[in-house]
Amino acid sequence: MELRSAGRSIALASVAVLIFSACSGSSTPSPSAAPSVAAPSAAASAAPSAAASAAASAAAGPITVGYLPKDIVNQYFAAAKTGVDKAAAETGSKVIQVGPNEAKPDLQIPFITDLTTQKVGAIIISADGKDEVAPALKLAMAAGIKVVGFDSSPAVGAYDVFVNQVDFSGVGVNLADWACELAPSCTGEIAILSAAATATNQNAWIDLMKTTLKLDKYKGLKLVDTVYGNDDATVSTTQAQGLLTKYPNLKVIVAPTTVGILAAAQVVKQAGKSATVKVTGLGFPNDMKPFVKDGTSPVFGLWSVPDLGYLSYQVAAKLISGEITGKEGETFTVKGLNGDKPYTIGKDGVVILGPAFRFDKTNVDNFNF
Amino acid sequence: MSAPVAPGNGERRWTHLLARWETLLVVVVVGLVALGASLSPFFLTPGNFSNLIAALMEVAIMALPMTLIIVAGEIDLSVESMAGLSSAILGFLWAAGVPLWIGIPVVLLVGILGGLMNGLLVARGGLPSLVVTLGTLALFRGLALIVLGPRGVSDFPPAFTELGFGHVPGTLIPWPFVIFILLAILLGILLHRTWVGRQVYAIGKNAGTARFSGVRVTRVRVGLFVLSGLVSSLAGVILTSRLSSARADAAQGMTLTVATVVLLGGVNIFGGSGTIPGVVLAVLAVAIMQNALRLASVSVEVQSIALGLLLILSVVIPNFAHQAKSALDRVRRGRPPPADSIAHGEAAVS
Amino acid sequence: MAESGVTATVGAGRTRGQWLSTVARQRELSLVAIMFVLGGLVSVTAPQFLTLSNLSQVAVLASIVAVAAVGEALVMITRNIDLSVEAMIGLVAYCVAIVLQRHALDAPAAIALGIGIGLVLGMINGAVVTLLKVPSIVATLGTLSIFRGVDYLIAGSHQVPLAGLPPGFTDPARDSILGIPIFVLVTLLVVVIGSVVLRSTRFGRQVYAVGSNPEAAAILGIPSRLVVFAAFSLCGLLAGVAGILWVMEFGTINGTSATGTVLSIVAAVVVGGVSTLGGIGTLAGAALGALFLGFIANALILVGLSQFWLQAIYGVVILVAISADAIILRRIQRATVESRAR
Repeated sequence: MELRSAGRSIALASVAVLIFSACSGSSTPSPSAAPSVAAPSAAASAAPSAAASAAASAAAGPITVGYLPKDIVNQYFAAAKTGVDKAAAETGSKVIQVGPNEAKPDLQIPFITDLTTQKVGAIIISADGKDEVAPALKLAMAAGIKVVGFDSSPAVGAYDVFVNQVDFSGVGVNLADWACELAPSCTGEIAILSAAATATNQNAWIDLMKTTLKLDKYKGLKLVDTVYGNDDATVSTTQAQGLLTKYPNLKVIVAPTTVGILAAAQVVKQAGKSATVKVTGLGFPNDMKPFVKDGTSPVFGLWSVPDLGYLSYQVAAKLISGEITGKEGETFTVKGLNGDKPYTIGKDGVVILGPAFRFDKTNVDNFNF
Repeated sequence: MSAPVAPGNGERRWTHLLARWETLLVVVVVGLVALGASLSPFFLTPGNFSNLIAALMEVAIMALPMTLIIVAGEIDLSVESMAGLSSAILGFLWAAGVPLWIGIPVVLLVGILGGLMNGLLVARGGLPSLVVTLGTLALFRGLALIVLGPRGVSDFPPAFTELGFGHVPGTLIPWPFVIFILLAILLGILLHRTWVGRQVYAIGKNAGTARFSGVRVTRVRVGLFVLSGLVSSLAGVILTSRLSSARADAAQGMTLTVATVVLLGGVNIFGGSGTIPGVVLAVLAVAIMQNALRLASVSVEVQSIALGLLLILSVVIPNFAHQAKSALDRVRRGRPPPADSIAHGEAAVS
Repeated sequence: MAESGVTATVGAGRTRGQWLSTVARQRELSLVAIMFVLGGLVSVTAPQFLTLSNLSQVAVLASIVAVAAVGEALVMITRNIDLSVEAMIGLVAYCVAIVLQRHALDAPAAIALGIGIGLVLGMINGAVVTLLKVPSIVATLGTLSIFRGVDYLIAGSHQVPLAGLPPGFTDPARDSILGIPIFVLVTLLVVVIGSVVLRSTRFGRQVYAVGSNPEAAAILGIPSRLVVFAAFSLCGLLAGVAGILWVMEFGTINGTSATGTVLSIVAAVVVGGVSTLGGIGTLAGAALGALFLGFIANALILVGLSQFWLQAIYGVVILVAISADAIILRRIQRATVESRAR
């Protein structure tokens, strides 16, 4: 019967699957996602030997790291990559960039598992969603790969070190301060244009900004809405337009995302509302220079994004060589950063790059990124 | 079964086999495995196969009822939104303190109801399924967003995460793959070995004739959409488990991949032909291709282009093969061949 | 006997034709009526809804979808579908943006290039459907992946910012002539030209004929494949126009631009009264459908419903629209049967 041939092929395929899995069951420790005690001990026996040999060879020599940003279209991560590449070039190491075209957590998972299969030395990741990527990252760690989170953190326990670009509460206060500065007499309606609704970093900054806004100093400011632009230029533009239409008395748009702040500034400028509606948040100097000049966005902030990439790579390299393990209290130095003063690893393995930097018309021209 | 008619019948069966898309798919799968092995030393490592399969399992599971629906001459675009809605409801209930052993059945019930809505509008209302399921694609996703809003729910118990992310103990076979194979066997038997399956093919070939032959067209159609809704819901649960997070935008974009996989499996978009084994092979082909290319650091863009080309070829090649076969027949017999349908693989029609 | 039979058929034909144009007008009128009612209701809670600036912005955003919807309607009237429109829009948008940023072409040449690319993409779709005989839903699903893949390949991780475009290029998105936004004028032009072609030329009649009864069309000697090829090519051309409008409206373009818009475009066409079964619908209806959906989206935001209700309401609107279509269609069939029995 016709179906027999088709049936045979599916039988063949299933047998192939079973053979593969059966072979593997005996030779490698069976990775299990359940964070039970059993897995680490099984992995511990097999992995440290692999990691130790890798470490011994990697301590002096070149390594391979996987660079997995939220998405590969966002210019922010392209800027960070320049720092990663620069650091890698110093030791002749290799950087593999992978990532989805859209900032969605489920799209990052296959890349994590593939990097694990490729046995890279470390994965440097900015997570689209802290919990979704955690199981895959934990498997990578169990296989001896170092995981360095940056920009947007994976869940605690799913990374060795998280390089935070800025102190969360610091940014929260900054955002509130800039909004206060731009609203006439620190009074009026303000709105937030964020990135993806699941982004760990933006959500942390926004939460801390809201806490700050409760203080007496800011009682004239009223936060009327928080909308999400998904780090997509088009969505951010339509959201910004929506804000202008819905809130005719809006005074400030706060956009803690480089994609969002640019979109909002463009929208305000083209609606001819630069005099009455101000835009602030986190943006690239090169993007925002014209808007500082014409008054749409007199004040905004960021940090050195290339330095963020540079630091992340160095942390990865130091984890691989064994110089640090990610425990609280450890210190290390990176030449050229932090004024050559040592960094200290804080709670939950967090390292902070430095304070946010404020840009305005007095200094924005001095920067080129 | 009639006795062989002419001496050339053996060759006839050969060209028949070659013209069968499923055979081509096996070749493609084998070719892709070879390609993968040559592109990257990591491809043939044991853990890799389980990884490459795991990422596509929700799509694969939803492709099974979609196969039956397309064979019956309809389509269900709302599968991704039903998966998203079930993820959202599951998250909502979990966050509200409802235990999973209640939450999951509730969500599956919602899947049945959603499928019922689709089925009734199409079968009873006589509306074209393309547009109905376009509407429910938006409606279900909208309901998901209303239920859960923009954030996610993620503190699920590890036992639940094990379902989507874990493996059968002692092996590297992911649980979702087991579910997929079981479902494939079930629906394969349903489509290829039961009276219901014959009815599905009959409806796809000619609904009017089927109705006159006593087939309960409305009932079967409604049943197929209900099945699709239920299975999409299940896929949503598995996705929530694998990501250990419930989100309203879960599964967004999956419909296109599901449709691509089914069509790649040799199912005729106009209905009336196609097989479950073909779709299973297509799932393997797509998963292997994506994995091999990713490991070789071939960009996602090239994969996208390759998939699109493969999809178009899945129709063009059997067309050509059929035309070649007809031409060969004509040359051999010296008379025009009987008008028979393309051998895309059908249950034996009496 | 035969005579009365012929008279009956002719009589039925005229009645059916009358019915169809009445239905089309009915659909367009109902959309306009609903928009009026909605406008009134919404302006009670949100007076800024009925301001010229708000309505202009709604119309401008809707224009992009409307132009693409006109092309899609053309394809759907021939009983096909084009799922690749969003990829065509994105690809054209990026190509136009990048040649402008690199100063390779000036604005008018870049616009011509965009339209040309759109036309070529549409012709590729047409060729796959008519020459390779691939069903349109499969063909355009495939070209959707291919065109988007090519878009990402060309764009990489590059993004063309607003500042990279020549000054003034994005002005048409905000300027008006005699109070009417330029984008709206473009849409009106497209609709008027398209409708004239469909209603008064032989090509137009062939388009409807191929869509409502392909077998009869073949018997009558209509070159169906050529007609379908032309429909897909025009759809591509209009997608190209939409892509240019996209650049002018949003300014910032990268490889993901226009992702996800195919749903709104097909929804606009369906709401506008074009049937997926072919042979029914007007271009004006499709454009109105786009405006209608944009209207609803805007109204929702202003009334204070969160953006998350939008999808659900779109879904309901689509379902209501096709149910209405089906009811009307059945009424036509009943009328045709009755008049034939007379």
